[in-house]
Amino acid sequence: MTDSLEFKYEVQEGNFTRAGEASQDVKRKLKRLGVSPDIVRRVAIAIYEGEINMVIHAYGGEITVTVNDSEIKMVLADRGPGIPDVEKAMQAGYSTAPENVRNLGFGAGMGLPNMKKYTDELSIETEIGVGTTVTMKVYLQ
Amino acid sequence: MTVKDLQEAGFLEVVWEGEEPEREIEDVFCCDLLSIAMSRGIENAAWVTVMGNINTLAVMSLTDMSCVVLAEGANLDETALAKAKQEGFPVFRTEEAIFPTAKRIYEMIGK
Repeated sequence: MTDSLEFKYEVQEGNFTRAGEASQDVKRKLKRLGVSPDIVRRVAIAIYEGEINMVIHAYGGEITVTVNDSEIKMVLADRGPGIPDVEKAMQAGYSTAPENVRNLGFGAGMGLPNMKKYTDELSIETEIGVGTTVTMKVYLQ
Repeated sequence: MTVKDLQEAGFLEVVWEGEEPEREIEDVFCCDLLSIAMSRGIENAAWVTVMGNINTLAVMSLTDMSCVVLAEGANLDETALAKAKQEGFPVFRTEEAIFPTAKRIYEMIGK
């Protein structure tokens, strides 16, 4: 693989039924590209957590996944309220998810910590009232 | 043990038999909080849970677990059942509680 490949996905606010479509599609594509199962799993989990965050907290957004020889880059850009306190949001167990989300089995405050755990790089740019962009990288070499 | 072996053991009701009867089951995982299952789910495990929504299936697939076993009389909702059929995910159910169900599967594996 010499050129980089790019996949894009739309994520809809509040749509828990479609959450997971992007991560499952990326998983299928990476498997087909021959990426090792461990890396496929880490990338899929990181994207899924991001998708769920966008569905719960944001007003929709877009996920862009770029694959080249050395890394898989995931950019999750949402239109949303922004994160008031990123440091708190990164703490395992800290959650602002509403009750209905917790009833679905989410909202345990594990999203961002999981994303960090499963990727090699994670950065968050956020602006209150505008949105949040989470950029993650997983190294292939 | 395979998914088919679990099905043939007869103590679970088949919700959807899935597409890979020969898929290995090597372990058992129990958790109802999807966020934790996402990070701790064990590859090739039978996942015993009471959560039967579409996100359960997404987590099962993403973490490479072998099948979902719904305990305590839980069942898939309509959307989740459609997804299981579409993707060929094996799903079983039982009226039994989580622990005895998990224990029985664990013993079948020979653990």
